[in-house]
Amino acid sequence: MEIIKTDVAIIGAGGAGLRAAIAVAESAPDLNIALISKVYPMRSHTVAAEGGAAGVIKQGDTLEDHFNDTVAGGDWLCDQDAVDLFIRQAPVELTQLEHWGCPWSREKSGHVAVRPFGGMKNERTWFAADKSGFHILHTLFQTSLKYPSIKRYDEFYCTDLMVADGRCQGVSAIEMRTGLMQLFQTRSVIIAAGGAGWMFPFTTNGAIKTADGMAMAYRAGVPLKDMEFVQYHPTGLPGTGILLTEGCRGEGGILVNKDGYRYLQDYDLGPPDPWPRNKAMELGPRDRLSQAFWHEQKKGRTVASRWGDVVHLDLRHLGEKKINEKLPLVRDLAASYVGTDPVHELVPVRPVVHYMMGGIHTDIDAATPLPGLYAAGECACVSINGANRLGSNSLTELLVFGKRAGEHAAEHARSAAQPAESEIRREGEAARKRVTDLFLREEGGENITTLRKEMNETMESGAGIYRSEDSMRETCDKITELRERYSRVHLEDKSNVFNTNMLYTMEVGSMLEAAHAVAFSALNRKESRGSHQRLDYTARDDDKFLKHSLAYFQGEGEPRMDYLDVVITRSQPGQRVYGGKAK
Amino acid sequence: MTQRAMELSILRYRPEEDDKPWFQNYQVPCEEDWVVLDAINYVKDHLDSSLSYRWSCHMAVCGSCGMMINGDPALSCKTFIRDLRSGPVRIEPLANFPIERDLVVVMDDFMEKLQRVKPYMIRKTGKPLEEGEHLQSPAQLKKFKQYTLCINCACCYSACPQYALIPEFIGPAALALAHRYNQDSRDQGRDEREDVTASNEGVWDCSFAGACSDVCPKHVDPASAVQQMKIASTVDWFMRRLGLGGGKS
Ligand SMILES: Cc1cc2nc3c(=O)[nH]c(=O)nc-3n(C[C@H](O)[C@H](O)[C@H](O)COP(=O)(O)OP(=O)(O)OC[C@H]3O[C@@H](n4cnc5c(N)ncnc54)[C@H](O)[C@@H]3O)c2cc1C
Ligand code: FES
Repeated sequence: MEIIKTDVAIIGAGGAGLRAAIAVAESAPDLNIALISKVYPMRSHTVAAEGGAAGVIKQGDTLEDHFNDTVAGGDWLCDQDAVDLFIRQAPVELTQLEHWGCPWSREKSGHVAVRPFGGMKNERTWFAADKSGFHILHTLFQTSLKYPSIKRYDEFYCTDLMVADGRCQGVSAIEMRTGLMQLFQTRSVIIAAGGAGWMFPFTTNGAIKTADGMAMAYRAGVPLKDMEFVQYHPTGLPGTGILLTEGCRGEGGILVNKDGYRYLQDYDLGPPDPWPRNKAMELGPRDRLSQAFWHEQKKGRTVASRWGDVVHLDLRHLGEKKINEKLPLVRDLAASYVGTDPVHELVPVRPVVHYMMGGIHTDIDAATPLPGLYAAGECACVSINGANRLGSNSLTELLVFGKRAGEHAAEHARSAAQPAESEIRREGEAARKRVTDLFLREEGGENITTLRKEMNETMESGAGIYRSEDSMRETCDKITELRERYSRVHLEDKSNVFNTNMLYTMEVGSMLEAAHAVAFSALNRKESRGSHQRLDYTARDDDKFLKHSLAYFQGEGEPRMDYLDVVITRSQPGQRVYGGKAK
Repeated sequence: MTQRAMELSILRYRPEEDDKPWFQNYQVPCEEDWVVLDAINYVKDHLDSSLSYRWSCHMAVCGSCGMMINGDPALSCKTFIRDLRSGPVRIEPLANFPIERDLVVVMDDFMEKLQRVKPYMIRKTGKPLEEGEHLQSPAQLKKFKQYTLCINCACCYSACPQYALIPEFIGPAALALAHRYNQDSRDQGRDEREDVTASNEGVWDCSFAGACSDVCPKHVDPASAVQQMKIASTVDWFMRRLGLGGGKS
């Protein structure tokens, strides 16, 4: 096995990974960086983000408002020290991107423009039309090309972390072009491997969002935190799950049911006028909007379409000029994938799995409990999002905590003891065996497509918008069963070069492990909070559950659950108030 | 939903087993609103798990899924089955690139060229972060915005007759990217980039066939970028001969 020696290895080259790489290169130009990604950086799913990134910059907005919106939006499950750091660094990072060339949309005056976003009291979402993530990712990628110390390993699929002497000291990866396993020996590792939407059947996430990073950390003994909190975005296109950004509603779009009625007013989000109005109606938080859809569906007030039940997003009153200027991608996507032109027609939408609030447990330095291991971005849970992320906080989070991960990983790399080479090699052999075992398994075992479909179905039924003891229990058992069957999966394709059959199989393995953590964390949280809504425990229970869930890997067995207090500095848990009563 | 049976004729090449590429046919029951990528995913899930290709976003933004569809480079996630002529659909890897396996091509040359044009902000005078953003009017933004929209799908390299003939040619996407930074009011690096873009392998290799712009799924119009760069570099050349400098300060 070839050993590649480096100082900091970064798994993932999306927004978080690239920002981390640049931070290492800038803060410690003498350190070698291995930036490893299973796809070329600009394919990373940050590219798909549309709406924008939040950061206080305009007169009349305050850091305190951003703090309060985020904490209340997260139903008080956010760590407030992390939120504080986040909102303070947000404008700095977004300005930094401006200096690196990000083509932010502008006001006439030449200053960057901001738009309203769900759950945000004031306008503070920086945007680049409705292709914000695309521009952020390309700006970061192009900027990263400047730094000679960033060495990229594109299309390398990471499989495992190497832990020796109680420290993370390496990563194993399959070079997809050759099928060869390579070992990165390193002083620090940053996981920035993105989310896990593909656990579910219907998602805005690209096919590469398969929980690999979470699973790697989990297997290495690092807890996954708050995994039960899965965000449904209220406006996905039916059929494909393609997202129509919240920016649609930020610009004034409305949601109506089959009677043309703005149904959100029936769910404590009204009154409907005046509109647009921040933190009310269609600009309420995502969890509440997705839950309202569920109720409308139960009441038979959704619209039956050829893709199943939908509601309608109405943008017609914005007019062609504004739609072309502010929402060009939305117009294109709606026309292409559901055959409707939002300038003239109602667009069918429904809730769709979008974002994982939970992830690898880190502190505010992006450090995990395993020395030498850092995590940032959607795969991590630094707890700024709590039980429900506010739209446009995530892109900013990639930047703020990506940078922090880079700086702290660099610092650690400088002080880390000599690597334990022989132990790393031994760990590497074990990682390789995990892959070769797959190749050696006999014909006639389980089929990977079948397992993936069964996982998708059970995740939707047990970990969907509304949950209950029975359905969650069933999902826990089902995932346990699927994990057992996974150990008998066999590869149909046994070649080496760009073997996607093998990669998909590894990805399903990652997702099953993460899904286990989601299902058990959900089952054990006997309350309703943010995106975790139970039909059997309908209220929030701060006495028992003002706590983070921590799921620990237990091999084949069920995860072990533990709990950790939420960090509260100055905002005591209160009511989440939206609509007319919102301040 | 109505279904339509389609035959896909897909180029296969597995370097460990195949001496040369060959075509394999698959019958796929397609839904009416499917894109070609959906049909290929159907093959992968139900008919032949050994087929390899790249994809991720399924919304025409990640740039992974470019391939030749009935002879033209296109994104398979944005090419609708309903828009294809009847008869078998011929699917091949992007032309002008070496095949790594099946529909996966070797992207090294493309990646190297992107990097070579220095696609990042170059400034002679730095501005500290504390001073905030650079001002840029909507009109200044509009000047280069179109050239920021490239998703690096490489369809333009497949369509480019010059790249087919002269592999050293920097090519449409990378040149358009250089132009994007040159045109940005915040950038001061045009003369540095001209070392590459105005070199033998740069804009002067372009024969202005315009095929790149025709196939671009994002309407970036690289041909116009190259045209504008030719003019700018000619002007610079005259200015320098007249002793008036040239290039942007
Ligand atoms: C459609 C859509 C729209 C969104 N819009 C917004 C928005 O407007 N505002 C906002 O704030 N947020 C938005 N979000 C959320 C936000 O975009 C994501 O949370 C964020 O981009 C994730 O970035 P990341 O860097 O963590 O991961 P990604 O960008 O997903 O990158 C993950 C990286 O990890 C790599 N990787 C994964 N597994 C492996 C492995 N095994 N080996 C090697 N590499 C690996 C991948 O190759 C990739 O490079 C949106 C999300 C979606 C899906
Ligand atoms: S899959 Fe992303 S562009 Fe087609």
